[in-house]
Amino acid sequence: METSKAYQTWRKAKSVLVSLLCLASALAVIAPLGFVLFYLVRAGAGAVDLAFFTHLPKPVGEPGGGMANAIVGTLVLLGLASLIGVPVGVLGGVYLSEFGAEKLNWWIRFGADILNGVPSIVWGIVAYSLVVLPMKGFSAYAGGVALGFMMIPLVIRTTEEVLLLVPNGYREAALALGIPRWKMIVRIVMTTALKGIVTGVLLAGARIAGETAPLLFTAFGNQFWTHNLKDPIAALPLQIFTYAISPYDDWHRQAWAGALVLILIIFLINIGVRALTQGRFSGVQR
Amino acid sequence: MADRLFKWLTMAMALSVLVLIVLVGWKLYQGSHLALQKFGARFVTTSNWDPVQEEFGALPFIFGTLMSSVIALILAVPPSIATAVFLTELAPPRIRQPIVSMIEMLAAVPSVIFGLWGIFVMIPWLREHLFPWLQKWLGFLPLFKGPIYGVSMLAAGIVIAIMIVPIITSISREILRSVPDLQREAAYGLGATRWEVTRIAVLSYAKRGLFGAVILGLGRALGETMAVTMLIGNRPEIAASLFAPGYTLASVIANEFTEATTDIYLSALFEVGLVLFGVTILTNAIAQLLIVRIGGPRASRAAQ
Repeated sequence: METSKAYQTWRKAKSVLVSLLCLASALAVIAPLGFVLFYLVRAGAGAVDLAFFTHLPKPVGEPGGGMANAIVGTLVLLGLASLIGVPVGVLGGVYLSEFGAEKLNWWIRFGADILNGVPSIVWGIVAYSLVVLPMKGFSAYAGGVALGFMMIPLVIRTTEEVLLLVPNGYREAALALGIPRWKMIVRIVMTTALKGIVTGVLLAGARIAGETAPLLFTAFGNQFWTHNLKDPIAALPLQIFTYAISPYDDWHRQAWAGALVLILIIFLINIGVRALTQGRFSGVQR
Repeated sequence: MADRLFKWLTMAMALSVLVLIVLVGWKLYQGSHLALQKFGARFVTTSNWDPVQEEFGALPFIFGTLMSSVIALILAVPPSIATAVFLTELAPPRIRQPIVSMIEMLAAVPSVIFGLWGIFVMIPWLREHLFPWLQKWLGFLPLFKGPIYGVSMLAAGIVIAIMIVPIITSISREILRSVPDLQREAAYGLGATRWEVTRIAVLSYAKRGLFGAVILGLGRALGETMAVTMLIGNRPEIAASLFAPGYTLASVIANEFTEATTDIYLSALFEVGLVLFGVTILTNAIAQLLIVRIGGPRASRAAQ
């Protein structure tokens, strides 16, 4: 074995060198976040005004206008998606944590993780063939279905995780009082973990709020208000996409504004969630 | 009675996950029936995509999807794993947390925003600075020959790389955290330096799990849609040059689905979706198996 002084120095130097390389990598990895946020604020801040939140888009050539319908549309779509994603996801998570047998649980978790990796555009096709084709038209419902399906695996996994944090003593104490099992789960376990469940749902909502691909041929987008959920509906990410690839400067400006608003919504949810997860039994650990 | 009902209800909801996988596969298969029948294997081996002549070959999209994903992996994997090493082995807790938070924020940025930023900030910079520079020094390689438009395979690869870095980093981090400390202590005890400990005791122990993290990143790269659609140029051609525009499976669906006027055209797009679904399901399954086996069930959760 080599033990010369020079070799020892080389070993230590190499260690320091690699440490520095790792530090540089960490900085390089977060740099794009800085670039994106910098340009979003620079190009978007000037374009966000009151009209942006209160007006409909204007036709090409007319300056001004806003994305009021797209902001509301995104909220409507999130609501519709939650109608599917929350009950299925939460109850599925309850099964995994409270009833499931080991083997079946493994398959369901595996399935959820795989679903999580299905490209979002594929969900668009599925919702298209399930909703758009039978209803003979693009609709808010179709967009909600596409996003709702995407929510299910996210909510299942977080719900299971927070329910498992509830100590078994709580369950045993409730059962010892003669409370039926389902009531014990709903009133004791789920109530105890409520914050965590809400956290999981909010995070899933933040994840799907920015999705564009599944809405392209389901919700389709709309330049006007949508009064009937059977009609196409606008969504913030869709509007950003349409404006970004358009040739008009004024639309580009609005796309930046829309992007800034969208990212603020998503970050606010994430920050709010962090505030929520301070207490016990609420931690969706990441 | 109520108990049993409740149990069945939750079980049905949990099983819906497995039902959904089957449903997606079946719906895509059903939709692509016409195209499957008419083109057979020709669909994935020919490169003529001509809606007017009703001739559909998806090879350029398959090529574009693989090429852009490979570029993204080459760019994203080394810094992601190095960052994970930094976070688990080197960083003091005070700076670890902010970096982890920022990586989570990066993961939360929607694809369409990367696309917007790509069109107006990244592409002009690539066109004016990076691409001419690359061509000047590496122009003798076919990869860097040809005219520079900005929108290109390489631009798509770069933006995908930015988008898959967070997932590869956070999974690698979970994997490295699952390496027992005893492993590290033993190596330190033998007088190893910090890098030697990392290389011998940590990285070689975690090799398969890290491979799983990379494959999961590949799965995400293959299905990335909006940012790629906005930056790749959308031209169904197989070109050697990274500066040439391309097209991917996901972006052809995004661009042409609403324009598909004939049944066979729509069916061909369904089949593109079927190919994409098949490939990503397979990649994800392999990745999840590797990750769960090495890092435990917690590790696969980091993928969200």
